[in-house]
Amino acid sequence: MNPTPFLSFRGITKSFPAVLANDHIDLDLYGGEIHALLGENGAGKSTLMKILYGFYQADAGEIRVNGQPADIRSPRDARSHRIGMVFQDFVLIPALTVAENIALFLNDLPFVLDRASICKRIEGISERYSLPVDPGAPVWQLSVGERQKVELLKLLLADTRILILDEPTRSLAPHEAAGLFRILGNLRQDGFAITIITHKIREVLECADRITVMRRGRIAGTLPRADATEGDLVALMFGKAVAESPRRQSASPARDSAPLFELRGVSTEPEGTGLGLKAINLTIGSGQIVGVAGVSGNGQRELGDVVLGMERCSQGTKYLDGVDATRWSVARMRGSGTAFIPEDPLGMAAFPWLSVQENMAMADTARYARQGGLSMDWTRVRSDLQASLQRLGFSIPPVYVPLGTLSGGNIQRMILAREMAHDPRLIIAFYPTRGLDVQSAVAAREVLLASRDAGAGILLISEDLDELFALSDRLVVMRRGEIAAEGTPQNLTVRQVGYLMTGSTGEEAKRG
Amino acid sequence: MGKAAGIAEAFRHRRVAAIVRFGGLFGLALVMFALVLLVFGQNPLRAYVDIFRATLGSAYGFSEVLVKMIPLVLTALAVAIPSRIWLINVGGEGQLFIGALFATWGAVTFNGQSAWLLLPLIAVLGFTGGGLWALISGFMRARGWASETISTLLMNYVAILLVSFFVFGPWKDPESANYPQSAPFPDAAILPFFPGSRVHLGALLAIAGLLIFHFVMSRTRWGLEMRAIGVNAEAARRNGISTHRYMLLVMFIGGGMAGLAGMGEVSAIHGQLRPSLSPGLGYAGFLISWITMGNPLGIVAAAFLISIITAGGDILQMTHRIPAAAIHILMALVLFVVLARRSGRKGGK
Repeated sequence: MNPTPFLSFRGITKSFPAVLANDHIDLDLYGGEIHALLGENGAGKSTLMKILYGFYQADAGEIRVNGQPADIRSPRDARSHRIGMVFQDFVLIPALTVAENIALFLNDLPFVLDRASICKRIEGISERYSLPVDPGAPVWQLSVGERQKVELLKLLLADTRILILDEPTRSLAPHEAAGLFRILGNLRQDGFAITIITHKIREVLECADRITVMRRGRIAGTLPRADATEGDLVALMFGKAVAESPRRQSASPARDSAPLFELRGVSTEPEGTGLGLKAINLTIGSGQIVGVAGVSGNGQRELGDVVLGMERCSQGTKYLDGVDATRWSVARMRGSGTAFIPEDPLGMAAFPWLSVQENMAMADTARYARQGGLSMDWTRVRSDLQASLQRLGFSIPPVYVPLGTLSGGNIQRMILAREMAHDPRLIIAFYPTRGLDVQSAVAAREVLLASRDAGAGILLISEDLDELFALSDRLVVMRRGEIAAEGTPQNLTVRQVGYLMTGSTGEEAKRG
Repeated sequence: MGKAAGIAEAFRHRRVAAIVRFGGLFGLALVMFALVLLVFGQNPLRAYVDIFRATLGSAYGFSEVLVKMIPLVLTALAVAIPSRIWLINVGGEGQLFIGALFATWGAVTFNGQSAWLLLPLIAVLGFTGGGLWALISGFMRARGWASETISTLLMNYVAILLVSFFVFGPWKDPESANYPQSAPFPDAAILPFFPGSRVHLGALLAIAGLLIFHFVMSRTRWGLEMRAIGVNAEAARRNGISTHRYMLLVMFIGGGMAGLAGMGEVSAIHGQLRPSLSPGLGYAGFLISWITMGNPLGIVAAAFLISIITAGGDILQMTHRIPAAAIHILMALVLFVVLARRSGRKGGK
C-alpha cells in the first residue's frame, strides 16, 4: 500500500447548533484503495465530506493533501486539489447533452468550444473504464445509472484523483450497482483514491478495501475488509453495550385492556419517490411505547402520517379507542388527543416567520378562537405555553419574536411543549431526538416516559437502537413498507434488529 | 425593552430609506419618460404640469382618479387574498367579466324592482359570479388537476368570449343599432354616486374589502391559519389545517372581489354590458398586488399611482396629440424601477 496517504483528516471538528456533527475525526485516504465510510443517517459522514469539498469550514483540525496542509474554502479549491464528488442528487443540466454537461465542468474550457475534441476525450476515458455513454445524448434521456456515469466521467476528465461518492447505490437497481462496483474496481487499479459513503453493510463488504464506521460524529472503528464481518459492522454502527443498558419498565402493563389505537391491514399508495405501506397491522395500548426501527425511507414517515391522518389508507382500517377513524382528518385526530413530535420542526410542524405564541396557537386554533374565530385568546395561549414549558422544566423563550430566530434546540423544546400542553393520549414521536444535543435528547425521552406512565400510547419512530431498546415496551422493524419483525426488547437483540433493518440476511440476498 | 425600541428605530429608518429610494426611482422614471416626450417634440414639463393639473389639480380631476382606483383596488384584492397562501390568481380579468355578466342578468331580469332590492342583488350576483369562476380553478388546484396560475389565465379568454356571446346574441339590445351591448340598466340598478362626481358606491365596497382583508389576516383565527399555510403548508397540514378548504375559500372570495369590480364598472360606469368593459383592469390589479406584496396600504398607493398615469394618457392624447398608448411607456418605466428595486435588494442581502 502507498505509504503517504493522498489525503488525511486530522482532528476535524464541526458543530452545528445543538449537535456535534464531527468530533476530532482522523482519517487517511490512500491511492489504489476503495474506502467505505459507513454509518447511520446523521452519524456525520456527509458533514465530513462536505468539509472536504469546501461547503463547510471545520471548526478545528486540518486537511492534508499529499502530506501538505490544504486550505479548502470552496468546491473550486477542492477541485484544484484534484478532489471530486458525486452527489446523491446529480448536478447535471437535463436540457444539455452529455458532452456539453461535461464541458461546463472543465477548467480549461476554451472560449470557442471544440466539440469534436471534447467528444474524443470523453470516448477515450469512457472506453478505458468501460463507462459507455453517448456524448451527444441529451441528459434528460438518460437513466439514473447513466447519469451517474456522466458524473464520474466529468470528474475523470477534470483530472480528479480523489473520488467521493455519496450514497452511490441509493437509486440504482442491483445489476447497476454491481456494474458501478466493477468500474470502481478498475479505477482503483489505476491508483485513484475512492471513498463511498453509505449505510448499506452488504455493499461495503462487496466492494470496499477498508471500512471506517462513524457513529454520532465519531469514528467508531476502522477495519480492513479481510477482518470485517457483518456482525462487527452492525456492532460498530449501532453500539455494543446496548442490550445491557438499564431499561425502565412500563408502569401499567396494559396488555389486557382494549388497545388505544389499532391499524388493521393498512396499505397506502406510494407517493413520488417514497414507497407505500403494505398490509400493516399495529396495535398501541394505553401506557405503552411501541418502537419502530428501520433505516430511514422504509415507510416510517408514511406510517406516522397514516396514524396522524395526513395520508389516506388505500386499504385497511384504523381505530382509535375502538372507533373507526380510517377517514378522520388530521384536525379530528388532533382534536381527539393526538400529538405529533417531529424530527425537523421547521420542516414538518413549525412556522419560522410566525411568532412563538402564534406557533403555540397553531396546534389547536379551535381551542383558542374567540367569537367564533374573529379573534384569538392570546392570554390563554401564553399561559398554556408557559405552564407546559415549566412542567417540562424548559426555560421560557420570548413569545413575540419569530420562532425562526430561536436556536434549533429551543425550537424543538418549544414544539415539544406545544404538543404536550394538553395531555395527549396518543403521541407520534418521529425521530424525536435526532439532531438534539445530549441534554435535550434526555429531556425529550423523559417527556415520553412520563407521558407513558400517565397512560398515553406512544408510537416511537427512531433509528437510534439504544433509544428504542431503552424506551420501548414493544418493537417492530420496518423494511420496504412492511413490518419485517415484531417483538419485545427482551426477546430481540440489537444485533438481530440491525440485521433486519439493513436487510443483510440471506433472505434479502436471494431477493436482490 | 431597549432592544425592542432599537428594532422599532431601525424599522423606521428602513421605512424612511425605502420611501426616499422609491421617490428617487420614480423621479428617474419620470426623467426617462421626459426624454421620450422630447423625442415626440413635446415639452415634457408642460406635459407633466398638464397631467398634474388634470388629475390632482382640481376636485373633478381628483374624483376621476378615485373612480379609476375603485376597480383596481378590488382586482388587486382578488390577487392579494389568494396570494396569502401562495395561490397565484391571474384571472382577475375573467372574474371581473363574469361578475359583470351575473350583475347584468340580475339588473335586466328584475327590471322594475326597487333600488333597495336591486342594488344588493346585483352586488351579491357580481360577487358570486366572479367567485364561482375563480372557484373552478381553486377546485382544480385542490384536486391536483391543474395549476391555478395557468387555469385562471386561460379562463380569462373564456370569460370574455362568454360575455361576447351574450351581447352579440341573446342579450343584444334591439334598440341599439347594431352595437354588441346589452339593454341599458334600469335606473334602480345603477349604483348611486357621490354628489357631483362619478365616484360610486363601489368605493365603499373597495374600502370595506381592504379593511376586512387587513382585519382577517392580522386578528382572526382564519388569518392565522392562512399565514401558517403561507409560511409552511406541510406543517399546517400536520397541525390539522385543511389547506384544500382554504384553497377553495380564498379563490372564491378573491374571485368575488374581482366580480364586484365588474359589477361596479358595468352598473355605474357603462350602464350596460359591453365586451369593452375592461381595459385590462384585472391584469393591472395583478401587478398592483404583486409589487405591493398584498399590503393593503400599498395597494391603495399603487392603485392611486397607476390611476394617475392612465389618466395622464388621456390628457396627453387630448392636449398634446400623442397617442394615449404612449403612457404605457411611463407605466413600464415605473414598474421597471419598482421591480428593479426589489430584486436589487434581494441580491444585496
